[in-house]
Amino acid sequence: MNTVDMKHALAGQRILVGKPGLDGHDIGAKIIALAMRDAGAEVIYTGLRRSPEKIAQVAVDEGVNAVGLSILSGSHKELVQDVMSALARLDARDIKVFVGGTIPAEDHGALTAMGVVGIFTSDMPLEATIASLARALT
Amino acid sequence: MTQEQANTELKLAKPALGTVSGAGIEIPTEVDDSALRPDHIGKPGEFPFTRGIFPDGYQGRLWTIRQYSGFGTAEESNERYKFLLAHGQTGLSVALDLPTQCGYDPIDPMARPEIGKVGVSLSNLSEAEILFQDIDLARISTSFTINGTAAIIYAMYLAVADKQGVPREKLTGTIQNDILKEYVARGTWIFPVRPSMRLIADSILYSNDVSPRFNAISIAGAHVRDAGATAVEEMAYTLANGLAYVDELKRRGGDVEKFAKRLSFFFYVHMDFFDEVAKFRAGRRLWAKLMKERYGAQDPKAQMFRFGVVCGGSSLVAPQPYNNIVRVAVETMAAVMGGAQSIFTCAFDEAFQIPTEFSAEIALRTQQIIAYESGIGRSVDPLGGSYFVEQHTDRMEEAISAVMDEIDAYGGVIPAIEEGWIQMRLAQRGLERKQRIDSGETVIVGQNHFRHEGEQAGVDEIFRLDPSVANRALEKYQKVLDTRSQPAVQAALHKLARAAADDKENLMPYLVDCCHAYATVGEMVSTLKAQWGEFQEPVNL
Repeated sequence: MNTVDMKHALAGQRILVGKPGLDGHDIGAKIIALAMRDAGAEVIYTGLRRSPEKIAQVAVDEGVNAVGLSILSGSHKELVQDVMSALARLDARDIKVFVGGTIPAEDHGALTAMGVVGIFTSDMPLEATIASLARALT
Repeated sequence: MTQEQANTELKLAKPALGTVSGAGIEIPTEVDDSALRPDHIGKPGEFPFTRGIFPDGYQGRLWTIRQYSGFGTAEESNERYKFLLAHGQTGLSVALDLPTQCGYDPIDPMARPEIGKVGVSLSNLSEAEILFQDIDLARISTSFTINGTAAIIYAMYLAVADKQGVPREKLTGTIQNDILKEYVARGTWIFPVRPSMRLIADSILYSNDVSPRFNAISIAGAHVRDAGATAVEEMAYTLANGLAYVDELKRRGGDVEKFAKRLSFFFYVHMDFFDEVAKFRAGRRLWAKLMKERYGAQDPKAQMFRFGVVCGGSSLVAPQPYNNIVRVAVETMAAVMGGAQSIFTCAFDEAFQIPTEFSAEIALRTQQIIAYESGIGRSVDPLGGSYFVEQHTDRMEEAISAVMDEIDAYGGVIPAIEEGWIQMRLAQRGLERKQRIDSGETVIVGQNHFRHEGEQAGVDEIFRLDPSVANRALEKYQKVLDTRSQPAVQAALHKLARAAADDKENLMPYLVDCCHAYATVGEMVSTLKAQWGEFQEPVNL
């Protein structure tokens, strides 16, 4: 993918970056938020320690088409399921969910089965992450 | 496929002998005598302490070898501590779980998935009594990685000492108690910035009086560095935060000659050897000058910059993990050459799992090999007087001062944090660092360059906690609620609330009384939140 594409890979996307749970390590969430914005997306960040219900509510109120969850505490399965359920309760199953953080390979299947459209870890190059996200969100 | 072909495919830059810290400082090449003036550098143990705070370096006293542990329930951690003490460790380092760090009781829905996960759950005095059972607090020093609830955990430690019959003045140890960097990088803030500053000043001033050998703050740059700050920014933000605490301590009536002796610092050491050495030498000189010239501290002990370090952190990577042993050794050497007072070495597998006994032992042995086999501890600042190191130290000092001036120009660290300015800068640095690694400009051997063909990088394993830990913590918590005197708890919390509303009161005696009454961390935090509110995190990007 060349540089011109990177600037528009996520054009037209409105994305919420959420940080559920108590873990305060938010640099990964912020880096990905900046990278998505550089790729043309409109990005909203929830800030730390948001409940799954709150994240789903903000996603609906802000009219986003995707939610990215950053989870490093190891509680990704519970927290992703909770966000998915909260979105369903708000009749917002069309909002796509992707996940980043410390996610072991053995859990990828379970998250995909919940409906997650992408799983990203910090060792992936940003360009690859953005390109993969662009495919997943269209 | 050759490495060269692989790199071409990945569009990687040619490996450069670059700087991981991104210090961006011109590297000295010519000998410049003006940087070598004896009055400019000074002697070891003398102002401005460029060459260290002790005249005999490590000969009088080796750095403290302090490894971090604590997990699950108080009972399990207590067993572990007794084991470590029986095997010659003299200091404990207590890791606390996120609910304790953020001020939630185990019963809170926010707490439940995190109980006992990254450290021990310490929701009330009865847990602290179990944690320190049969451990003589007069003889060991205890370091707590705690910030948002640091004053409460310190109060709990005093209450345990009272229960054990140990005089408070005999207590030694450290609480991190540095809230400013929590707002910027680590995230366990609770209250707004200004009341948090008061709570910290109260705990330091109280500690100076009742437990004068205890370090009530460790001002930390480690976390901003790990999030992406350069070596220069790490030191600049940390010194700026230190000055903000000094200002608050003075505002609350503290005497600089007294409290400044007990301020200590904490940093990450990364791979760029000379940047790290120069960072510590420059920071130590700058702090001494600021304390003497800006705050009028006359006692040399009140000018001294004492610091501990972590070797490892984000410089450790998952691919080819044994390489991390070498990285930690290089970083430990830099810490020793920089004059650190205490060193924590990460285990080589820490980038992808909770360390095993095998990897934790290598981390400890790394320090012992450097201390007892290499012989560098016999010298006193052996790099002092090197044209390269002295000029690099001067340039680092200038660059650190320049970043501190930028913060001053913004109006100081407190508004810069309240308005999210420092957080925004840090996120940008994190992005830049990631881009440099992606492009191959920053070399990480085995990860972006010089890879082992066919190796899969990634997370192999994460720590999965025994689910019974949370249930046991909840049972014990419920038992305390059922057996304590409710009127005593309510009375103690009521007095705490009144004191919190009055800026002239020191809150520490009220927190100690709450602990003695078995009030919980969550109850004390809720009481203070009712007076002060919560920090409203700026979420601008």
